Amino acid sequence: MASVSIRKLGVSFGSLSVLRDLDLEVAEGEFVVLLGPSGCGKSTLLNAVAGLLDIDDGQVWIGGKNVTWEEPKDRGIGMVFQSYALYPRMTAEGNLTFGLRVAGVAKDEIAKRVARTAELLQIEPLLKRRPAELSGGQRQRVAIGRALVREAGVFLFDEPLSNLDAKLRTELRVELKKLHMTLGSTMIYVTHDQIEALTLADRVAVMHRGVIQQLASPKEIYQRPVNRFVAGFVGSPAMNFVSGELVANSDPVLRTADGTEIRLAGYPFNERPQSGRKVDLGVRPEQIHFDSTAPGATALPLALTLVEPMGADSLLWGSIGDQSVSLRIGPDETHKIGEKVNVHFQPAAASIFDAETGERL
Amino acid sequence: MSTVVSSADTRRAGAGPREDARAQAAGPKPARLSPGRVGIYAFLIVSALFFLIPLYIMVVTSLKGMPEIRLGHLFNLPSEVTFKPWSDAWLHACTGRDCFGLSPGFMNSVKITIPSVILSILIGSINGYALSFWRYKGANLLFGILLFGAFVPYQVVIYPLIIGFRIMGIYSTLTCIIIVHTIFGMPILTLLYRNFYAGLPIELFKAARVDGAGFWKTFFYVMVPMSVPITIVAVIIQVTGIWNDFLFGIIFSGRPNWPMTVQLNNIVNTTTGVREYNVNMAATILTAAVPLAIYFISGRWFVRGIAAGAVKG
Amino acid sequence: MARTRRRFNYSAVIGTIPMILVAVGVFVIGIAFTFFWSFTSSKLFPAYDFVGLRQYYRLWASDRWLVSVSNIWIYGLLTIGGNMVFGFLLAVFMDQKIHAEDLLRSIFLYPFAMSLIVTGLVWQWALDPNLGLQSAMHHWGWASFKFAPLVDVNTAIYGLVVAGIWQGSGVSMAIMLAGLRGIDSEIWKAAKVDGIPPWRTYLFIALPMMRGALATAFVLQCVSVVRVYDLIIAMTGGGPGISTNMPAVYVIDMITSSQNVGQGMAAATMMLVPIILLLSIVGIVGWRRRVRAEAGA
Repeated sequence: MASVSIRKLGVSFGSLSVLRDLDLEVAEGEFVVLLGPSGCGKSTLLNAVAGLLDIDDGQVWIGGKNVTWEEPKDRGIGMVFQSYALYPRMTAEGNLTFGLRVAGVAKDEIAKRVARTAELLQIEPLLKRRPAELSGGQRQRVAIGRALVREAGVFLFDEPLSNLDAKLRTELRVELKKLHMTLGSTMIYVTHDQIEALTLADRVAVMHRGVIQQLASPKEIYQRPVNRFVAGFVGSPAMNFVSGELVANSDPVLRTADGTEIRLAGYPFNERPQSGRKVDLGVRPEQIHFDSTAPGATALPLALTLVEPMGADSLLWGSIGDQSVSLRIGPDETHKIGEKVNVHFQPAAASIFDAETGERL
Repeated sequence: MSTVVSSADTRRAGAGPREDARAQAAGPKPARLSPGRVGIYAFLIVSALFFLIPLYIMVVTSLKGMPEIRLGHLFNLPSEVTFKPWSDAWLHACTGRDCFGLSPGFMNSVKITIPSVILSILIGSINGYALSFWRYKGANLLFGILLFGAFVPYQVVIYPLIIGFRIMGIYSTLTCIIIVHTIFGMPILTLLYRNFYAGLPIELFKAARVDGAGFWKTFFYVMVPMSVPITIVAVIIQVTGIWNDFLFGIIFSGRPNWPMTVQLNNIVNTTTGVREYNVNMAATILTAAVPLAIYFISGRWFVRGIAAGAVKG
Repeated sequence: MARTRRRFNYSAVIGTIPMILVAVGVFVIGIAFTFFWSFTSSKLFPAYDFVGLRQYYRLWASDRWLVSVSNIWIYGLLTIGGNMVFGFLLAVFMDQKIHAEDLLRSIFLYPFAMSLIVTGLVWQWALDPNLGLQSAMHHWGWASFKFAPLVDVNTAIYGLVVAGIWQGSGVSMAIMLAGLRGIDSEIWKAAKVDGIPPWRTYLFIALPMMRGALATAFVLQCVSVVRVYDLIIAMTGGGPGISTNMPAVYVIDMITSSQNVGQGMAAATMMLVPIILLLSIVGIVGWRRRVRAEAGA
């Protein structure tokens, strides 16, 4: 178990700067997920922690030790890769023990560690097999085992589940969570899958264009995104955005381009709202209801356009002027397409972003 | 590159004349031989004859006695099969004053080929590995020069090499010819291995780094065990290439080490007196036997080697 | 504070010492020396006197060199052209879902597995004026048949062309067949649906799509033509007279039996010119395509 501290990290490939001035503190035993679209720099950050690429600037500390110039093997890390990266000509056991053998660990110690890891991951029957003789899920277990036998203080996961099919992914996700609870080790986990991020993480770091946009608990990320990018990236179906202009009366109001006025009473503005400011109002589909009785609910006039059945529930689409808005409804609810209705949401739970900077107001 | 060749059969569901024929046929059984089909086979069979005739006359000539050959019936089967030309070619044919046949040349070729193949493949694979995973500053420039070297006519560098080896005092030795084959095999082998290793997932290399394996351990424990298929291709390219070499052999190996091809040429082209065509052809077949055996045993691997060697990038 | 870390791995450099030595020592320094000696009067041993372009003047005044250059053009155009056309035809015909494809492929390709010395000797024998192909035809009653190119100064080069095509067209076939089969199968379906006759599909759709394979085959042929040496030595020895000399033979002869290294080095430098031109063209075409691809993206 060890903490990880990344200080003023800068990485560039040629003239392309991928990470700049990046800081991240991961506490001992914490599970931090780096979440973001491809190309956001999350894997680069993980590789920098692992020491697998040359950094231009800054420092990496692991377990209170500056490891910026250390080789990967000397950093006290274990790593799991997306493609499993098992050595194809070695058995599962060979894969598990290769690093220990290279390091010259005593034989009985290796045997002990392999036995412990294999039991933990339930891969004892697979130890004598080659990677080609294992299924995808089994391969990833062995790959996780290879990281575990190192008994490192920090485990790094680079999209470990994205090569698996949906069902296996869910299974292994649950197992990883249990594993973290059992071992209590520090884990840094890279993914572009928000479900993985929200379910696994103690804290999620949402990354975009080489910058950590928000570092917070999954709940915070989901409920109070700090900017439009985070709001739009996290959540499925995606958050609705209605853009318009603020009218700062005693009760602030959003006026859309077609003149619709949406009352925003109860929204916790960070600063005094100014009239004429262009903003985007963000409301998640599940926060919009037909029911108007919730305290502080405000009305949203909607022309219904389309229903998308999604199994457990359906997504109802409507429009305010030329802007689309969706809300979740029960699978059996029926609505007339073309009809004009009022739906309701609580401004207190919504988000408002500056249209230009994208920052939360 | 290799996938292009090996995926050859899994392709489209019939284009070309056969489909046309099927479209015209009324019954359930397609017309098997349309005129177009006959034309295709006629062309292919005539071409095949063009390729096979030299092999045929080589074989039949080598089994005839000289009196029969002098009749001039090139294509006739031998009226009386004799293996004497073969044993003569192997044991008694003369090059200049020595009359020991091709067998010393065969031994020389073996002595040249085996170490050259091993050394060149070892170096080529390390180069390819370094160029894929450990690219230091200037490595790509070196690779560019090496690729340029693959296209350079040998004549351009032969003389400087002769002088260089003379200075080192190893000119005209077995060592010298082995080094020469290693030098000229390096561009193609480096390219071959570089492309192979560049196609491997980089994560495998990263995993080895995390496991603490450095340049050599990653190479020998992780990369070499995975390189079996590409090494088969490399061995085929190198064994046939080195065995078939004539130019380097005659210039760099020195008379006592002359490979089989050089001795063959001497037997056939520099004999004084009566030309023994049957012995010549037997000697020719013997010289071609090793690469031909490799070719027919390796089959598709050989084609893959051509494609691998040919396709850049 | 902005310390740049460049992991410099000594093992990687040590491991590639042979590559460094060969790239620099052989292909840079070696070629430089060849170039340098072409401006000297070196005879049996290298000399270090500067004689300007004298070796080049002498080279281009030498009958033997002029014959060599004209031969390489004849041989090159005919074998490359022959190999490309014949190879393409073979590839197309092989592509017709024929029986025994593997067998035919082996037959078309086996000459490539053999030494050019072997090829040369076999064809020398087959084209023997008294006992070869010609006499066999006469015995079969075709008394007017004449095909013994190797003994005639004017035709010997065409004998070499026959052997060159026999040896090399299988390789073109293999590369082009791979190229043909790399074409997306839906193209063929689309052409069929559009009712385009197969020969048109091959000529106007497939051929332009296999530019890569064509270029590969072409470059390979060019390199082997410039290098051609063994075949000539085995088949004609450069004769009759000087009629089948080629640059590669000329250079080797100059640095060995003729003991005229300066002259040989001048000829070798001339051999490098077409290769550099060819590589530049390939390089420029590739570069322009990349630029265009980037502009389009």
